[in-house]
Order: sequence, then structure tokens, then C-alpha cells
Amino acid sequence: MAPVDTPQRTSELLRVATAGSVDDGKSTLIGRLLLETGQILEDQYEAVERASKERGDGYVNLALLTDGLRAEREQGITIDVAYRYFQTAQRKFILADTPGHEQYTRNMVTGASTADVALVLVDARKGVVEQSRRHAHIASLLRIPHVVVCVNKMDLVGFDEAVFDAVAAEFPGAHAIPLSALNGDNVTERSQSTPYYTGPPLLELLEELEPAPDRDDTAFRFPVQWVIRPMSDEHHDYRGYAGQVAGGTVRPGDEVVLLPGGARTRVEAIDTLDGELDEAYYPLSVTLRLEGEHDVSRGALIAAADSLPEVVRELEATVCWMAQAPLRPGARLRIKHATQTVAAKVESIDRRLDVNSGEHEDAAELALNDIGRVRLKLAAALAADPYSENRATGSFILVDDSTNDTVGAGMVA
Amino acid sequence: MNSPWGHPAPSSDGNGGPPGLRCHHRVPHLRALEAEAIQVFREVAAEPGKAVLLFSGGKDSAVLLRLAEKAFWPARFPFPVMHIDTGHNFPEAIEFRDRRVAELGAELIVASVARAIEDGTLTDETGPRASRNRLQTPVLLDAISDHGFRAAFGGARRDEERARAKERMLSFRDDFGGWDPKAQRPELWGQLNGNVKPGEHVRAFPLSNWTELDVWEYVAMEGLELPPLYFAHRREVFSRDGMLYAASDFVERLPGEEVFEETVRFRTVGDMSCTGAVRSYAATLEEVVAEIAATNLTERGETRADDRVTEAAMEDRKRDGYF
Repeated sequence: MAPVDTPQRTSELLRVATAGSVDDGKSTLIGRLLLETGQILEDQYEAVERASKERGDGYVNLALLTDGLRAEREQGITIDVAYRYFQTAQRKFILADTPGHEQYTRNMVTGASTADVALVLVDARKGVVEQSRRHAHIASLLRIPHVVVCVNKMDLVGFDEAVFDAVAAEFPGAHAIPLSALNGDNVTERSQSTPYYTGPPLLELLEELEPAPDRDDTAFRFPVQWVIRPMSDEHHDYRGYAGQVAGGTVRPGDEVVLLPGGARTRVEAIDTLDGELDEAYYPLSVTLRLEGEHDVSRGALIAAADSLPEVVRELEATVCWMAQAPLRPGARLRIKHATQTVAAKVESIDRRLDVNSGEHEDAAELALNDIGRVRLKLAAALAADPYSENRATGSFILVDDSTNDTVGAGMVA
Repeated sequence: MNSPWGHPAPSSDGNGGPPGLRCHHRVPHLRALEAEAIQVFREVAAEPGKAVLLFSGGKDSAVLLRLAEKAFWPARFPFPVMHIDTGHNFPEAIEFRDRRVAELGAELIVASVARAIEDGTLTDETGPRASRNRLQTPVLLDAISDHGFRAAFGGARRDEERARAKERMLSFRDDFGGWDPKAQRPELWGQLNGNVKPGEHVRAFPLSNWTELDVWEYVAMEGLELPPLYFAHRREVFSRDGMLYAASDFVERLPGEEVFEETVRFRTVGDMSCTGAVRSYAATLEEVVAEIAATNLTERGETRADDRVTEAAMEDRKRDGYF
């Protein structure tokens, strides 16, 4: 079969997270992005039109398109993360649409955890409110590489430059755009009403941003998911370590260390069904063959020999707590880090972050949606990086043994 | 804005690291999606393990099979393939299923709706609008529990339908196979929690982030074979509710529903009783990709009667344990 050459084939994947409530115009902005990139098809638009009429909304309520659950449509709120997809000739975008309310902080953290870009919405009429600050704090905490502040509803303040500047000044280091999601100003087309804004419209900006550039700059990390041993006639002695590159680059011949044991060896080959590779890097899923025989199983971490993660029995981490019952010192949980799961005990809870102000306060426990600094004691050694170095090997989830629920998410300090 | 914990504020230009260090590899989005799906396959095969791959003979399950093959190569993937056979399948899909499974040397389990009807466990719907769509759910759940499967891989995509857009990569199912959208396990940093208790299972959806166009482009890129149903062909059809259905022994026609010949293809492959055809001359992969890229109707809206019943048809069926 002849391969098809379409422009999409060379496009990259960019993960975008939005946070906000219906009032910020978040749904309108998403609806606008989907409409302008041709993702809302006739039957979907007609269904939304019909449902809007039945509800007596008086306008085509694009929020109905993004709110997927009956309860969300009934209450007119976003409760859980929804994923949307749109595509331009340059890129494919995965948009995690997360709720903005404080009681859904955990859902916001979930959507933001893998994002390359966070869109923080600000209503130009209201200026920067608690919710926008919270979103920016969470984006910063999760180290989302790019934050774009969308100063929306600029049409309602006469596209006043002073209003825009005041908002932008509160987010140094972020890219701010004055826009009107309703009219389309600076969404896909440069607006005539904002001569003071010289940057690109939102979609163009999203097409240009580097997706998570830090992953390439970091040291090579490869958590072993599965040991491949075919034991077939053809591959009788084959032993390969399957996983996804979590950071850095690896080439055959590279010296690596097998953690937590600490054995040193070299990479013999990088295998895929499509043939051997000269190099592998984030986010490729490959199988590594190593020189010599080693005791490596699922849970091991193969790391660059010249830049090793720390092997620890204790962790200090920033934890977002996601369960109804509060987290207290002494709690016993399971920690799933990369591909390894070990028992953990909470030694202490040092402080809590006020996500609205960014201030720390002393705390003895973490309630649902709280984010705080926690010290954990581990039953077995883990090879971990600081979250600031690697989002994959520097993060973990906490699982409650009795319910099997995911009750917390942590970032290694 | 001051960052908590003393981190520097995120940079706006992407040049966060020291200058000159950045060497960003451009990974085409299909390769990124492929890597993500392979990661899910390996993770679920390990935790909770005891998995099965649900295969319908359609394009999504063809892609799923290919990804499973890649995830464990050069070993064979460590789980069987299962088909929930309604007895109302397109014969081309069954033929394709049997050939692919044989090529891969995989084990095939067929769970039969027809047998459950013969046993008297289930009652067939009757009349011109009869469908076995709902009957698939109890057969699927029984098969999962009879075999003791703790995980079932499915080809569902979030772009298919808005309730699916809310579902996690790993969809936890209780003793009754039901989905509770308000009690989903958060998935952070691609970290999956596949822990289940006896009687419970997870549905794993490695194609969650794929769109219909991604699937087609991947089929083209990999040169995958699909059942001929997906390409334009002459077929005896009749028209109902604005959709074209294949004339078959499985569907009773209403008065006035005349059979005629048309050049059509299928965008989805489900039961003959609920899958509509579209008029199309797209006979090659290239032509199909071009057609999908230009379409203005969603695949489920255009060709699936089972999703048209109510505004929340998919959410309701998922709560009951549907795919």
C-alpha cells in the first residue's frame, strides 16, 4: 500500500489545559477554537442548537458541546476534565478542559499534569480574581512550560489598553493576549481593535510554542514496564526491557546504570517492531537490550550513568490530596512512582499552600483539594528525580490500599 | 506573580533552559499517540494483568491489534483476543477477524449473543427495528467474569461522543461492570492505577486521544489491512431515517422500504442492524483519508442508530457496562 502524504503526518502533538468557569467565557473560547479549526461538525452543531432551544437558552450555548455528562448539562457547570481535539496544518492539539472551581482543584491538577501550555482566562471587566490566580499558581506548581493569559471579553471594555496592561502586569513571564472569544478578536485572526498588542493571535501562538522542551534537555531516564522474553525458536535468548523514554536521549553504546540496584552496563540495541533505532527520546516507547546479563524487572529505572537520580528511602514532596478523608501523619498508603509501587508512611505534614494567594501556612493535615508539603517514609528504595528536573520520574500517585482509589498526587521536592 | 515553593515563574518563550542546550526532537503526532498507546498496553498487561483485547473486526480494533503487536514484539502479546459476536455481523468483518487472529497466532475467544438467546438467558428483540446492541452488554460482562479477566482493552476514542470525552484511559468497572463518571480515578502524568479487587475490572482505552482521522492516517502510514467494507463498493441497501442500511436477513424491512443498489462504504462497522452506510466513491486509503478530512458529519452521528436514541444514549449504556 502506498503511504499517504498529508500535512498532518508531520504535525506535532501539543497538550493544552484550560481552566475557568462558564462565566469567564472559557466554553465560548474553546467553542471558538473548535469552530475555527473546523472541528465542530454539522450534526454536532445542530444537536447543540436544538438542545439550546429546548433549554430556552436564547443563543447557541457552546458549553453544551463541551459538557459531556448529564449532571453537567443540568447544572450548567464543568465537573470533570473533558478532552477535546483540534488540528491545524502544523499541529494536533489535545485540550484538557478542566473545571475552575476550588472544590474541583484535583481535577484541574489532573488536567494540567501533562500539559505543555496552560490557558488562564481572565474576564477583562472583572480583572484578576482569585480563580485566575489559583489557576496560575497551579500551572506554576506543576511546572507547565508555558502559561498564556487570555484577557477575554475585551470588547466589553472597549479594548482598553490600560485594562489589558493591568492584567498582564500581574503575570510576569506569561504571555498575555487581549481577546474576545465571542467576536473572535485575536483568537485566530489578529484584531484591528488592539494595535498595542503586537504578538500573534492565540491559535498562531499555540502553533509556535515549543512542546515541553525540558524533556529533551534532561538526563536519560527509562522506567522498565515489562521484560520481553519471547522464548520462541527465532528469538530464543532474547531479553529486552520495554518502556517509554521519560527524559533525555539514548543511543546504542551509551553507559547506563540499573536502579535501584546500581549495576552499570551499556545499551546494546534499541528495538522496535519497525526495526532497530539509532536513538530514542521522549516520548517514544521502545525496547532496550543491554550488554551482559542483569537482574532487571518491572519497576527498575535505567538511567544515564553520568547523571543519576537519587536512590532514596524517604521523600519530601508537594502533594495534592484528592480524597474525602483528610491526610494525616501516620497514614499508610502505596506510592506508585514511575513503574514501581512501594508501601509508604506519612512522616509529617509541614505546610499547606493557599492556592489563592500563593502563601504557605502551617498545617497538621491536608483536606480534599489541599496542596501541601509532605514527608514520606518508604518501605523500599526508589530512584527519583526532583519534579523540577523531570515531570515523569519526579512525580507519583498515592493509592489507598483498602479502596484501591488514587487519593493523592505528588511532586518530589 | 511569585511561584510557590520558590520555583521560577514559567517562561513564555519556551527557552527555559540554558541557551544552546535545547535540542528538541520533532515527534510526529501519530508517533506520539502510538507511543502513548503502547505505554498503556504494557502498563495494563502488568497491572492488573489477566487482560483481554476486545476485537470487533473494525478499523479501531485493527489499529489496536497492531499496537498490541508493537508493544510486546518480538514476543506475542500476552493476552487473548475476544469478540462479542451478536450473530448480526457483516460477514466481511468476521472473515477479517479470523484471518488476522490466525496471522498473529493469537487465541480467539468468541462470546456469542446468539447462544445466550438460544439458552434463554437473553430475549431477542423483534420487529423491523430490533437490535442486539443492548444484548452485547450482559454477554460481555458474563464473558469477562467467566474468564476472570481483570482488564479489557477496547478501541473507544474520546472524539467519538461527548460522554466518552469524559472517560479515563483506564475506566474502572465495579462488580456489575458499571461506569460511575463521578468516581473516576484521576490520571496524572500518564500514571495509571490498574488496581482491582476480585470481581472488578478495568476497561483500558489506548486510543483515547486518537481521532477518526488519526486512525485513518495511521492505517495508511502502517499499511494496515481493513475489511473491504470501509471502501466504496456496490451494495444492496434500503433507506431508513435518513440512513442507508445494508439489506440482509437480519433486518426486517418496513412497508415502503425498497431495496436498491448504491455505491457505498461504511465509516464504522457494528451490527448490520444498526450501522449505516454512506454514499461514497472513496475506494482507496488515500481517497478515504481525504474524505474523512473533509467531512462535515461525525461518524457516530452519520452512521450509528444506537447513539441516536436519547441525548445521553452513550452515557446511559456505559453506566450499564457497555464497551
